[in-house]
Amino acid sequence: MQAVPGTRPGPRFVPPSGLGWLVLVLMMGMLWRPAAAAETPSFEQALSGLATSNFKEKERAVGDVIAVRHANTRVVLNALLEGNLYYRKSDRRVFIGTAQDANLQLQDPVTLSPAGTTEPSEYSKITTNNQLRKTLKSALASFDLADADPQVRLAAVSEMLRSLDADGVSILRAREGTEPDEAVREAIRTGLAIADLDGEDAAIRLAAVEHLKGSLNPEVFNRLTAIVTPTDAGSYAEPDEKVRSAARVALASIERWRSLFGTLETLFFGMSLGSVLVLSAIGLAITFGVMGVINMAHGELMMLGAYTTYVVQLLMPQHIGASVLVAIPVAFVVAGGVGVAIERGIVRFLYGRPLETLLATFGVSLVLQQLVRDIFTANNRPVETPQWMAGSLQVNEALSITYNRLYVVLFMVIVFVILQLVLKRTSLGLKVRAVAQNRAMAKSMGVRTEWVDALTFGLGSGIAGVAGVALSQLTNVGPNLGQSYIIDSFMVVVFGGVGNLWGTLIGGMSLGVVNQVLEPYAGAVLAKILVLIALILFIQRRPRGLFPQKGRAAEG
Amino acid sequence: MNKFKVGGLASIAAAVALLAATAAQAADTIKVGVLHSLSGTMAISETTLKDTVLMLIEEQNKKGGILGKKLEAVVVDPASNWPLFAEKAEQLLVKDKVSVVFGCWTSVSRKSVLPVFEKNNGLLFYPVQYEGEESSKNVFYTGAAPNQQAIPAVDYLMNDVGVKRWVLAGTDYVYPRTTNKILEAYLKAKGVKSEDIMINYTPFGHSDWQRIVADIKKFGSAGKKTGVVSTINGDANVPFYKELGNQKISAEDIPVVAFSVGEEELSGIDTKPLVGHLAAWNYFMSVDTPANAEFIKKWRAFIKNNKRVTNDPMEAHVIGFNMWVKAVEKAKTTDVNKVIDTMVGIEVPNLTGGVAKMLPNHHLTKPVLIGEVRADGQFDTVWQTQGLVPGDAWSDFLPGSKDIEADWVTLKCGNYNTKTKKCSGQNYE
Amino acid sequence: MRISQNPGTALIAGDRGTQLFLALLLTVGVAAPIMHLAFPEDSALHLSTYTMTLLGKYMTYALLAIAVDLVWGYCGILSLGHAAFFALGGYAMGMYLMRQIGTRGVYGDPVLPDFMVFLNWKALPWFWHGFDLFWFTAAMIILVPGLLALAFGWLAFRSRVTGVYLSIITQALTYALMLAFFRNDMGFGGNNGLTDFKEILGADINAPATRVALFVASAMALGLGYLCCRYLVLSRAGRVVQAIRDAESRTRFIGYRVETYKLWVFAFSAVLAGIAGALYVPQVGIINPSEFQPINSIEVVIWVAVGGRGTLYGAVAGALIVNYAKTYFTAAIPELWLYALGAMFVIVTLFLPGGVVGLADRFSLRRRDARTVTA
Repeated sequence: MQAVPGTRPGPRFVPPSGLGWLVLVLMMGMLWRPAAAAETPSFEQALSGLATSNFKEKERAVGDVIAVRHANTRVVLNALLEGNLYYRKSDRRVFIGTAQDANLQLQDPVTLSPAGTTEPSEYSKITTNNQLRKTLKSALASFDLADADPQVRLAAVSEMLRSLDADGVSILRAREGTEPDEAVREAIRTGLAIADLDGEDAAIRLAAVEHLKGSLNPEVFNRLTAIVTPTDAGSYAEPDEKVRSAARVALASIERWRSLFGTLETLFFGMSLGSVLVLSAIGLAITFGVMGVINMAHGELMMLGAYTTYVVQLLMPQHIGASVLVAIPVAFVVAGGVGVAIERGIVRFLYGRPLETLLATFGVSLVLQQLVRDIFTANNRPVETPQWMAGSLQVNEALSITYNRLYVVLFMVIVFVILQLVLKRTSLGLKVRAVAQNRAMAKSMGVRTEWVDALTFGLGSGIAGVAGVALSQLTNVGPNLGQSYIIDSFMVVVFGGVGNLWGTLIGGMSLGVVNQVLEPYAGAVLAKILVLIALILFIQRRPRGLFPQKGRAAEG
Repeated sequence: MNKFKVGGLASIAAAVALLAATAAQAADTIKVGVLHSLSGTMAISETTLKDTVLMLIEEQNKKGGILGKKLEAVVVDPASNWPLFAEKAEQLLVKDKVSVVFGCWTSVSRKSVLPVFEKNNGLLFYPVQYEGEESSKNVFYTGAAPNQQAIPAVDYLMNDVGVKRWVLAGTDYVYPRTTNKILEAYLKAKGVKSEDIMINYTPFGHSDWQRIVADIKKFGSAGKKTGVVSTINGDANVPFYKELGNQKISAEDIPVVAFSVGEEELSGIDTKPLVGHLAAWNYFMSVDTPANAEFIKKWRAFIKNNKRVTNDPMEAHVIGFNMWVKAVEKAKTTDVNKVIDTMVGIEVPNLTGGVAKMLPNHHLTKPVLIGEVRADGQFDTVWQTQGLVPGDAWSDFLPGSKDIEADWVTLKCGNYNTKTKKCSGQNYE
Repeated sequence: MRISQNPGTALIAGDRGTQLFLALLLTVGVAAPIMHLAFPEDSALHLSTYTMTLLGKYMTYALLAIAVDLVWGYCGILSLGHAAFFALGGYAMGMYLMRQIGTRGVYGDPVLPDFMVFLNWKALPWFWHGFDLFWFTAAMIILVPGLLALAFGWLAFRSRVTGVYLSIITQALTYALMLAFFRNDMGFGGNNGLTDFKEILGADINAPATRVALFVASAMALGLGYLCCRYLVLSRAGRVVQAIRDAESRTRFIGYRVETYKLWVFAFSAVLAGIAGALYVPQVGIINPSEFQPINSIEVVIWVAVGGRGTLYGAVAGALIVNYAKTYFTAAIPELWLYALGAMFVIVTLFLPGGVVGLADRFSLRRRDARTVTA
């Protein structure tokens, strides 16, 4: 057998032919039976082989279970994969079991009839490991090739392509003719073409290369590269020059695409990092930029938002999917409320003394940190990722975009737009801007500046809480969450220009992108250091940031 | 300004007095120092260890203490601040005059207190897996040395999983740096080419893993089975595993074996993206032995929380504490020199059914277990060394240390160079 | 505080806080070594090495606080990165101490420090050369923080980066340095930093006599640093500096070169911080990148604020009070320590704008019913 993608060599693995037999028989309508069938053990015997803690023995037993092609093979394999297969410690008999409260409900794997409910202590679960699970999935996938749903079939083909052997190839070849769905057929063809690269006939190999020309599958790239790369002796593994030059052409186009998508990927990474920066800085842009208050507790307000998400999930464990959406307004209210309390209790006595607000709010941040430590312990809290935020959007085989990052970018845009609308289109926004520009004048025009101050601070803090909800999906929820973002947030605001939300947006985004562009060359740490140094130098050139405030408001 | 004068004088005088005073106390107890951070970044891990020691002390006192004396815990908080570790260690040894100290987690905290323990001839039990390259007369290392964790894990990946291409990813500090140096040398000795090894370091608390995970994915798509050996520390793990899960790198394709992720860390994580990934330790809470079941029961009763987990460094403290008790009873004194001499060769049962023995290099014999993460935050043991592995203070795979040996019984030296026949470091003449 | 016309006589004479501070410093500086060396260990008057090292450490903190008070209290520059200069001075000293280990390291390498040996470094990086000589190290302790401050200040003050912006970029500076020193590739020992020192100037660093010498050196540095700062603020230049603090534009329009004054005060303050760091390291026995943490710099500012800014001796008082509280509370009530510290910040900024010293002043003023005092 040629080195086929993903197959792991060595004797530990399930004999591939066993899987092949089963699949062949099932899929091709029992065209032939293996001559060695007589040597295969009975289904019961094969099952009893599973009752062991040794993984090598288990793999052998799984191979047997597959090979006997009993009607219940699929049920048993599935139970094993799900962790629902047990054996009785006394006589090593294997059962399918489902946990019911503290008890175990048993089912006989041969007859599928119920075998009573019992104490779990006399039974031992048959555990699986990664290799075993991969074998199981592959075996189960071959069942799915005949599924009615084309999506399931497509997944089954991809699963089989992960570890394709000669038997798998013949199954796929048989399926290719009958497969009605175009996408599934295309996936099968790619797999077959990769297999054809090892064909005896140069014409077949050439056709395979031609077929693979536009494919971005990494395996295709590896195989084509192997074709055009000379061995140490200077000769080629591929004897035919025509095949080689076709491979070169195909590779060149694949590489062009790959580098294009690589750039797009970096851009997206930068934007997602930038979005996190903007989200964490935008609340600060309001309290710091509009009000001139240096709120060192800003990070802790984000932390409160993240903990709010955790509490909301505790309260609605059945609806994790919705919990994050529910947490957004709740976090806004919680963090905003704490923000108003900070403003009324401390900050309002310190207007016009920005450096003193720094010290006082730093004290607040310490207190808040210790508070969550006392309430939630110093340990990180597990915040679950809802199903709709997990995984990634596979644009093509070279580019995939993770959903959680995508949602963070979208979320940032929404928050930004809403904030702009509040500031530009509402009477509160008008008053906020008025107070920011000229407090005394606004006051004499009848604006209740105290009230506006409290609400503005509450708004900025609430946004911080909302950012915390987003962060809970990306990083740890623990007492130190805030500290790790506070410096970055200040950098973004100062870089963008105080008092300008657009500056914060553009500042955060460009810092994110620059960081990600530098990272592959300089490494994560050096990239960050370079960005910081660049920032320090930039502030020297433009002391008031990218978009400086103009006019009177700029003084002070 | 008179008030200030009086107040200032008083406060400074009070400060000096308080600092000097607290030393003298009744001597009919044996004092046990506990030097674990209770605040700051390391509090997450270290608070549990403080509670473990307190539990062990309480238990020992129920049995009547040692040598007819009760044990008394002296708990201090070094607050995850490294110079403060040295200060508090000095306080324990000089002011409180404790007989033994259980403490430290990070390497830097151990390095910070090391001169203090050597100068004052103290006794420290250090319970965490570490990078090795150290053996002090005054320290007993009850955690794993690299050959008791990293090398067996790599063997498992190589022989049982069939990994051919290696990513060594770690946080940029001394433990990952040293471990990866050792592993790199080990892999190359096993015939792995340099282009099949990718080494990556990230700062503490790194949270933006998109680029690195994408690189690992690309590295792993080159047609050879790829595995990741992770020495990523602490808080950086959650975003790392989340990113792995989101970029659809499953444990079946690219398994990650971690040396710093245990039950305690997993209890603060949504474990879904981690299921199937590996960890190498010398103890798992899920190990089914009577000793372990009893320990878990006692721990949960002590901490009054039926959900609390146990972990590897806790077991290390249990072993260390029991060894110390045994040594004191054997030596019939808490005198540090005598206890140190008695310690070597002491055997106590560990919690996984084996026996831990103190070796002349002040390290332990330990079993090595590889486990796969389950959805409930526990591990399924998938592989285990046949016997016990003796801890090796000086790695045989680093050019600087392959000729160095530690032996506190015959050589009386923690770093004896077998080539130059010289002893440097602590017993330098 | 009244400012006398002649800085020479006013240095000590004019100010009761200064007198009190110097008297206390002298008492402690003389009494502590005597109590440590002259009395046997079981005597009630004996001062343990632990306590003396602790006092020595507080003195280096106090010197750092004075340095911050000089730029913040007198020049209005709120530096949130002064711990960086402190740490740089400390690293310079740490490098000297590392080089003194010689063959006594665990690997016995005569030149390379241990961390370089096990990370497989073949030769000493260029910037480690010279640190085996004390005079070179002493020069570096002054030059490295000083030149960095000059360069940074020249860039910042020339383009008139002020107020909050300046504070934020000083924080960026120390943050960037922290990240850099954390990198093992930098050659400063990474996270573990520099530790396991053996001797200083040929003397065993753990010997009681060395400890006493370090303590006395710290006390002298604190006293001298204090007097230098006091001389500076009382001099003509010092009054220009205070004018800059109170009205920068006006001072500029009068014709003073504001940037130059700021620059030199900033650099001088950085040098003081560097010296404090250099004295701190041999006493605590370790220097590592966590000293660069932005939070450390903020804490120093807090010391000054608690003590009372713009008085110098207030900074000393603040450093002692906060650090003693920290030592005490982390031992007595570790859980409540952060609440206490947090509350202290809030209360001081809200109710004690002059700090503890200001409070004391207010009390004595009320009692004596004295005339207005400008601080």
